[in-house]
Amino acid sequence: MENFSLILAIVVVTALAFDFTNGFHDTANAMATTISTGALKPKVAVAMSAVLNLAGAFLSVEVANTISKGLVDETGIRPEVIFAALVGAILWNLLTWLVGLPSSSSHALMGGLIGATIASAGMGAVHGDVLVTKVLIPALAAPIVAGVAALLATRLSYTLGKKADGKAAEKGYRAGQIASAGLVSLAHGTNDAQKTMGIITLALVAGGAVAPNSDPPTWVILSAGLAIALGTYIGGWRIIRTMGKGLTELQPQQGFAAQTSAATAILASSHLGFSLSTTHVVSGSVMGAGLGRKGGVVRWSTATRMLVAWCLTLPAAALVGAGAESVTDLGDWGTAVVAVFLIASSAAIWKISRREVVDASNVNESEEPPGVVTTAIAAVTPPPAGTVTDDLTATIPAPATTVAVPDPATPPAAAV
Amino acid sequence: MKIDWAALGSVFGVSLAVTVGLVALFTLGIMGLSRRERAVAQGNSATLAVTGAYVCFAACAAAVAYGISLIMTKA
Repeated sequence: MENFSLILAIVVVTALAFDFTNGFHDTANAMATTISTGALKPKVAVAMSAVLNLAGAFLSVEVANTISKGLVDETGIRPEVIFAALVGAILWNLLTWLVGLPSSSSHALMGGLIGATIASAGMGAVHGDVLVTKVLIPALAAPIVAGVAALLATRLSYTLGKKADGKAAEKGYRAGQIASAGLVSLAHGTNDAQKTMGIITLALVAGGAVAPNSDPPTWVILSAGLAIALGTYIGGWRIIRTMGKGLTELQPQQGFAAQTSAATAILASSHLGFSLSTTHVVSGSVMGAGLGRKGGVVRWSTATRMLVAWCLTLPAAALVGAGAESVTDLGDWGTAVVAVFLIASSAAIWKISRREVVDASNVNESEEPPGVVTTAIAAVTPPPAGTVTDDLTATIPAPATTVAVPDPATPPAAAV
Repeated sequence: MKIDWAALGSVFGVSLAVTVGLVALFTLGIMGLSRRERAVAQGNSATLAVTGAYVCFAACAAAVAYGISLIMTKA
C-alpha cells in the first residue's frame, strides 16, 4: 500500500513537470510576435503571459473533466502507464525546445499515452480513426485556417492603413497586439493547465485516492496552474526566437494580424468543437502574416523543419512512452530506472542547451549561426545512449537523427 | 471514419470572417487616430475621425470581452 502511494506521488510530480515544460514550450505561441515586434519587453511579455495562464487555469474545469471523466476507462489504467506517457511527452518537449522548434505539447502527451497504452494493452487499445480525426486532420487544418485568415487580414491592414502612421498608429498596434496575445495566453491556461489537472485527477482516480467522477481537488488546480505559469515565466526563449524571428520578419501590423487570427482560430475551434493545437495555429498565422506583406518572406527551410517536428511528435513520444512502459512493467525497480532515466536525460538536454544560451537578452537577434542546431542535435544523441537500458536507448536517437536530416541542407538558406 | 467537415468548415469560416473583420475595424480605428494626430499637428480638430475611431475600438473591445466569456463558459 505504501508503494502504491509512492507511485502516485511520482506520477503527480511528473505530471507537474510536464505542465512546466508545456508552459515554457508554449510561451512562444502567445508572446513570440509581441516580443519580436517590440510591443513588449521580453521579460514583461513572459510575466504577463504567466499571470494570464495562471488566471486561465482557475477559470473552468471543463477540459480537465473531459480527460478525467469517461474519455479513458479508469479501471483499466494504472498509474505506471500515465507515468510512462508523461516521460515520453516531457522528453520530446525538451528535445524540440533544445533545437528551438515549436511542436504541440498536446500531441506529445497524446503520443506518450498511445505508446504507453499499446505497450501495456496491445495495439487493439488504440482507435486508428480517432487518431486521424482528432489528431491528423486538425494538425493539417490548423495552420491553413489561421494562415489564410492572417494573410488576408495582413493584406487588408496594409491596404486600409496606408495613411495610418506616426505615434498613434504605433501605439495602437502595440495595444492591439498585447490584447490579442493576452487572449491567447488566457485560452492556453484554460486548455493546457487543465490537461495536466485532468491527468493528475485520472491518476488519483486510478490509484484510488479520489472517488471516480469527482472534480479535480483544489490543490491539483493550484499546483497545475502554478507549474504552467512558472514554465511560461522561465520562457522557452529558443522557441520564441524561431517563432518570432526564424519564420519571418514581422512588423507591428503583421504581428497584430497574426495574433488576432491565432486568438480567433483558437477560440472558434474550441467553441465549435473542432479542437486545434495552439502551436499549429500560431505557426500558421505567423507564416500567413509573413506572406501577407508585400516583400514579406517566409523562411521555408525553418517551416519545413517545424513540419518535420510536428510529424514526428506523436510517434516519437509514443516510442519513448512505449519503451518507458515496458520498463516500468518489470517492477518497481523498472519504474525507478525510468525515473532516473528521465532526470538524467533532462539534465543532459539542459546541459547541452547551456552551450548556446538563448534568453531574454538575445531572443530578438535573428537566426542563430548555421550549424549550431546541427551540432546541438549531434550532441544530443550520445547522452541518452549512454544512460540507461537498451530498451530506451533505441527510442531516443530515432527522432533526433530524423530531425537532423533536413538540417545539413538548410543552414545556407536559414542564414539569409 | 467520420470527419466532421461541417465543424471544420465553420471553424474556417468563423475564423476568417472574425479575424478579417476585427483587423479591419482596428485598422480603421488607428487611421482615425493618426488622422487626429495630423490634424492636431496642423492646428485643426478631427472630431468625426476620433469618434469613429473610438466606436471601432469599442467594437474590438466587445469582441475581446466576448472571447473571454467564451473561455469562461467553455474552454
